[in-house]
Amino acid sequence: MTELLVGTKKGLFVLEGAPGAAFEPTARAFAGEPVEYAVRTPAGRILASVTSPFYGPKVFYADDPTGEWEQADGLALPEGGDAALERVWVLVPGEQDGLVYAGGDPGALFVSHDGGARFELNRGLWEQPSRPRWQPGAGGLCLHSISTWPGEPDRLALAISAAGVWLTDDGGETWRRGNEGLVARYLPEDAPDDEVALCVHRIHRAPQRPERIFMQFHGGVYRSDDAGETWNDIADGLPSDFGFALAIDPADGDSAYVIPLVADVDRVTPDGRVRVYETRDAGASWTPRGDGLPSKNAYLTVLREAFAWKGEGAGLELYFGATSGAIYGSGDAGTSWFGVAATLPPVHSISAT
Amino acid sequence: MALVRLRGPLKRLAGDRSEHAIDGASVGELLTEIERAHPAAKGWILDESGALRRHINVFVNGELGGQDTRVGADDRIDVLPAISGGR
Repeated sequence: MTELLVGTKKGLFVLEGAPGAAFEPTARAFAGEPVEYAVRTPAGRILASVTSPFYGPKVFYADDPTGEWEQADGLALPEGGDAALERVWVLVPGEQDGLVYAGGDPGALFVSHDGGARFELNRGLWEQPSRPRWQPGAGGLCLHSISTWPGEPDRLALAISAAGVWLTDDGGETWRRGNEGLVARYLPEDAPDDEVALCVHRIHRAPQRPERIFMQFHGGVYRSDDAGETWNDIADGLPSDFGFALAIDPADGDSAYVIPLVADVDRVTPDGRVRVYETRDAGASWTPRGDGLPSKNAYLTVLREAFAWKGEGAGLELYFGATSGAIYGSGDAGTSWFGVAATLPPVHSISAT
Repeated sequence: MALVRLRGPLKRLAGDRSEHAIDGASVGELLTEIERAHPAAKGWILDESGALRRHINVFVNGELGGQDTRVGADDRIDVLPAISGGR
């Protein structure tokens, strides 16, 4: 049985099922509220990021999604400053018991050591001297990707739109940029080398080979083989190098999946067809995977947090959702697809356990 | 004391009580005191920069006001979600 936590524009939906047939909704929480992301931690706790248009961004936690939710503490910027937390984009369990990260807008990282009940702002990133030059993307200045390093809790790679990749080897005390090789077509050719306005859309690390990270950029798909220090373009063979969603097979360090969209000015699946593109050779070639996906009159937008996986290898389960409210899944590593749900509110995010 | 009236989740977070008699010279002072006296409500009306959240309206004796609106002992302040926040 697989559990999907689906963050939507109108609440959190918990879906349960097995690959091959539509999933059943077993709970809905935060009805009417935008839920950005939800995740179940290894300890069994569900954390959910909710952005009330009235009362601001909050993170709540519960063991049972049908029960009472508690509000997490500490998710706020320093009092008395000019900025306020706009949104929590992502929640990621770390590599120690109780360690949880929250990434938010404006480019803020929060850390919890008690499973998500209390968070603290990471000052090292917050006080970066280049921060005044960071630029928000259309979704804000979002810290959306937090890649842990298996077994090494002090090593992280973050991605911020639009402030590029940030790396730490000391648990967030110090940070350095990791953007060499990225080419931003929306910047002038003579932009300075230290330009920080790099619009990374998503990164994922290959856990079996953690120095390898895949990236979906704002116009470009990249791979790093040195833990995010430098990047190589691997978009050749894709119908478009624009998109948001990215997934990997944890068993195969050469694997990645992307869902291309037409372009930044037309953020829908190309040619009215929904296809996931898979590489098994680290981006040297891409194979379209569309068996069971809509093949005509389908103009979907899949957001960055709305592509999730469970398991690995031949039994890898993949799930993605669209702003249309449809969710699709695969139980065979993308070879074939089935409808998980068709008529949910616009899907912001999916996590799978 | 001015009378601050809350509804919905704000009422629940402020001790499950709708009406709060509070001393203060401005709307901002009253709202700050509400959040100080009821920590569960902290951050729900004012953000951490001290600004009134964008889609919360404050009415003083029935008229739309703001954080800087001056208030007196006999004034009534209603804190309500704004229609602009609905999506």
